Amino acid sequence: MKFGVVVFPGTWSDRDCGWVIDQVLGQELVYLWHKDSDLKGCDCVILPGGFAYGDYLRTGAIARFAPIMEKVGEFADRGGLVWGICNGFQVLCEAGLLPGALIRNASLEFRCEWTHLLVERTDLAFTGQCTERDVLRVPIAHGEGSYFADPATLSGMEQRGQVVFRYCDAGGRVVPGANPNGSLHNIAGIVNSRGNVLGMMPHPERCAEAELGGTDGLKLFRSVAENAFKVLVS
Amino acid sequence: MSIKSVDERRLREVALTPDEYRAIVEQLKRAPNEVELGMLGVLWSEHCSYKSSRALLRRLPSTGQGVVQGPGENAGAVEIGEGWSVVFKIESHNHPSAIEPYQGAATGVGGIIRDVIAMGARPIALLDSLRFGPLPASARHVEGVVAGIGGYGNCIGIPTVGGEVYFEDCYASNPLVNAMCVGLVRTDQLMRARAEGAGNSLMLVGADTGRDGIHGASFASLELDEQSAQRRPAVQVGNPFLEKCLLEACMDLAHTDAVVAIQDLGAAGLTSAVAECAGRVEGAGARIDVGRVPRRERGMTPYDVMLSESQERMLVVVRRGREREVETIFQAWDLTSAVIGEVTGDGQLTVLDGEDQVARVPVRLLTDGVPMRRLIGLPPEPPYGLEVDALPPLADPGASLLRMLASPNLSSRRGIFRRYDHMVGDSTVVAPGGDAAMLRIKGTRLGIAVTTDCNARYCHLDPHLGAQLAVAEAARNIVATGARPLAVTDCLNFANPDRPEVYWELEEVVAGLAYACRALDLPVVSGNVSLYNDSNGTSAIYPTPVIGMVGVIDDYGKRLGAGLSAEGDFVLLIGSSHNDLGGSEYLKVEHGHVAGRPPALDLTREKAVLRLILSAAQSGYLHSAHDCAEGGMLVALAEACLLGGIGVRCPAIRPEPPLRLDAAFFGESPSRFIVSVPSRAMPEMQSLARRHNVELSLLGLAGGEVIEFEGQLKLSLAELRMAWDSMVIS
Repeated sequence: MKFGVVVFPGTWSDRDCGWVIDQVLGQELVYLWHKDSDLKGCDCVILPGGFAYGDYLRTGAIARFAPIMEKVGEFADRGGLVWGICNGFQVLCEAGLLPGALIRNASLEFRCEWTHLLVERTDLAFTGQCTERDVLRVPIAHGEGSYFADPATLSGMEQRGQVVFRYCDAGGRVVPGANPNGSLHNIAGIVNSRGNVLGMMPHPERCAEAELGGTDGLKLFRSVAENAFKVLVS
Repeated sequence: MSIKSVDERRLREVALTPDEYRAIVEQLKRAPNEVELGMLGVLWSEHCSYKSSRALLRRLPSTGQGVVQGPGENAGAVEIGEGWSVVFKIESHNHPSAIEPYQGAATGVGGIIRDVIAMGARPIALLDSLRFGPLPASARHVEGVVAGIGGYGNCIGIPTVGGEVYFEDCYASNPLVNAMCVGLVRTDQLMRARAEGAGNSLMLVGADTGRDGIHGASFASLELDEQSAQRRPAVQVGNPFLEKCLLEACMDLAHTDAVVAIQDLGAAGLTSAVAECAGRVEGAGARIDVGRVPRRERGMTPYDVMLSESQERMLVVVRRGREREVETIFQAWDLTSAVIGEVTGDGQLTVLDGEDQVARVPVRLLTDGVPMRRLIGLPPEPPYGLEVDALPPLADPGASLLRMLASPNLSSRRGIFRRYDHMVGDSTVVAPGGDAAMLRIKGTRLGIAVTTDCNARYCHLDPHLGAQLAVAEAARNIVATGARPLAVTDCLNFANPDRPEVYWELEEVVAGLAYACRALDLPVVSGNVSLYNDSNGTSAIYPTPVIGMVGVIDDYGKRLGAGLSAEGDFVLLIGSSHNDLGGSEYLKVEHGHVAGRPPALDLTREKAVLRLILSAAQSGYLHSAHDCAEGGMLVALAEACLLGGIGVRCPAIRPEPPLRLDAAFFGESPSRFIVSVPSRAMPEMQSLARRHNVELSLLGLAGGEVIEFEGQLKLSLAELRMAWDSMVIS
């Protein structure tokens, strides 16, 4: 399994994602520079966290024009796995690869803390290792992570089951008190209708080893790796 | 050659005294021109020259085992094992933050990060030590500073893992913002900002130079007054995105041998960067052409260019002929770089504007020419008596505990640190909220513990003792995680040293620091002095020597948290308690006094207690350890319970006279820890304590959801948490 991690100027979760892929999981890793237009044969492209191009103007608004993004779009259209984490999710929304937008947290403050996520889809390449209605403990770190979409888009997404993760309490209840940023419907992560492009605000790469406080994030990375294995043997 | 040849108003503008001007004329053997006067003014400012404190600072121990770089460079460095060194420094950004809290704090963070980058190290952690006036009046400062720290640190992707926040009246118009950065480097790749090799090129990299921050260093060396708000243009504006690119480019650079040195442009901008870099090499000089400096705006004079404090700039000394290579690396990050001059062997800093020479000053005159100021210290009246016996007895320990936990200096800092990304880097193995934070060194089992600490109230009441207590408490913070304290960086924040009582405080504090650091084998490898933290000549801050400390643990798998971690564990108080209510939080919160003598500190006892905790942690006897600090034993115990989410049941405390009940609960005797020990390890722990000759008392058993001292207090964790989480900034 070959993971490609995109590096924009201002990206900082690239090395954390790389560490998990390379050192924790032992999978093949390649960094993809924003000025390049070659995905180097990756099976899964990760758009990691950070402040791409300083997030000036609007989060992700400039990054979508990077040369590498054209290739990421084509790759997604061909059914390739694209995974946006935090800033990467914002970039995917700006690029039109995912619906909706991420706006300023309801608190108007940056938030770095642990959250719980209810997993609503386990049939995806990204979540195959999760059990039905699994509850994952994963940290967030963002100032603009409040998910927003217009009512029609939102209800369409709900009907098609595009919501993958919702903020919940430790018992898996989706309640307002568990929502750290004011996201509509407690949405923490969504997938496109085809199921190959995932965007999520929480940081699974920050909880892939016990010493960092938890290993639930590893389930998602493993899911992708194992999925490739399944594709290979089938 | 007389003083009359220069306008006195002009001298005030560049913050030079007539005596200093005379010294310049004498050494130059001519009157300086405008540009030279400006350059000398900033470099001779207190902020850059340490002219009031340099002699005192020599008293601090700066060498010791593992020290690979002491004071004099952009940051200090200490070896931690397996070929790695940690690089660290703390620096103040008080004056800018008082005027413009967000940008002042943000650029403080940006500046200290560049100091670490200049050493060739990758920054891996930030800490911020903050002091404000009481809430709610200080809310604008608190909000701005916290947002500024987060705005910069979160964007650049370096975790903010620790620090401290205190509220006292004396900081109302002089808030303190001290930022510390910790970096990591292979010891053999440590860089030093020395302008070696005449003929090598000087390249300026990063942001274009604008008119921002001109005279910032001089401004930082004056008292704040009504006109200070007009100095807002002397505060710079930060661009963390640009610095992130600069950071990555410098890391790429460090892997080539095209670069001789990297120097940060901070206070006093280009003037200071070039002079310092050349000043570190005997006989070295530099020739630069301001005409080649990329600028943000038109019409800038050589004076503006030399004194600009525009942020996110670095000076790089490049081997002659390798400039193109360096430029290519910067281009990859879309950064502008320009060759602006070269290293010379003439010992002069020569500034050209195209063909014209606009300044020529000996490097030594800039860096070491300032006459040291001989100030006089006189102790103030000792007005701070406290009759402990006159204090009413403790009526209701539970009610007192709730009020203490809700008080501004003791309440939970979660509302602040959750606004900082403290996890980026995948290395934070002990998160903020406890004593020290810990970061693992990837690819090894090593962990480094980092903390800042200073109880300035103690320093106000007794500067010599207060400074020792600050060092000891920082060491306890490090040891509470299971790590061994290694070295110190200090940020000495004081009022106007021209006042004899303030200079006396400075002398006493430095003596106290030196004494404690020697006793605990802790070299001071870097630091910063911030003076003139007063307003309008009256309201002066407490002497505030903030101690930044770094420690190491050989196997981070053996690290300890501050919170109780298992039901059924024995909860112990390590160390002995006395009637130490002087200067305590209890005295302030419950009786409204700031008085008395701070707790007595016996550094031999302290060492024994630190060794005991380290040895117990190493042997695996401990499940948690937490330093007893402000608020005493009961507040430390409540914190251990709240952090772990586990209660504790204890028999009633019956202190043996003369120990009072209030002192037993809330007294602040140093050299004490709250630890939790699994029952199987109790016998070993007891005999270990005996061997170290340290007092150990059983407080109670961990478990349940209440804190109870039978018949004395019983409170649920929910009630306690509500009080503890009550801090509201705005």
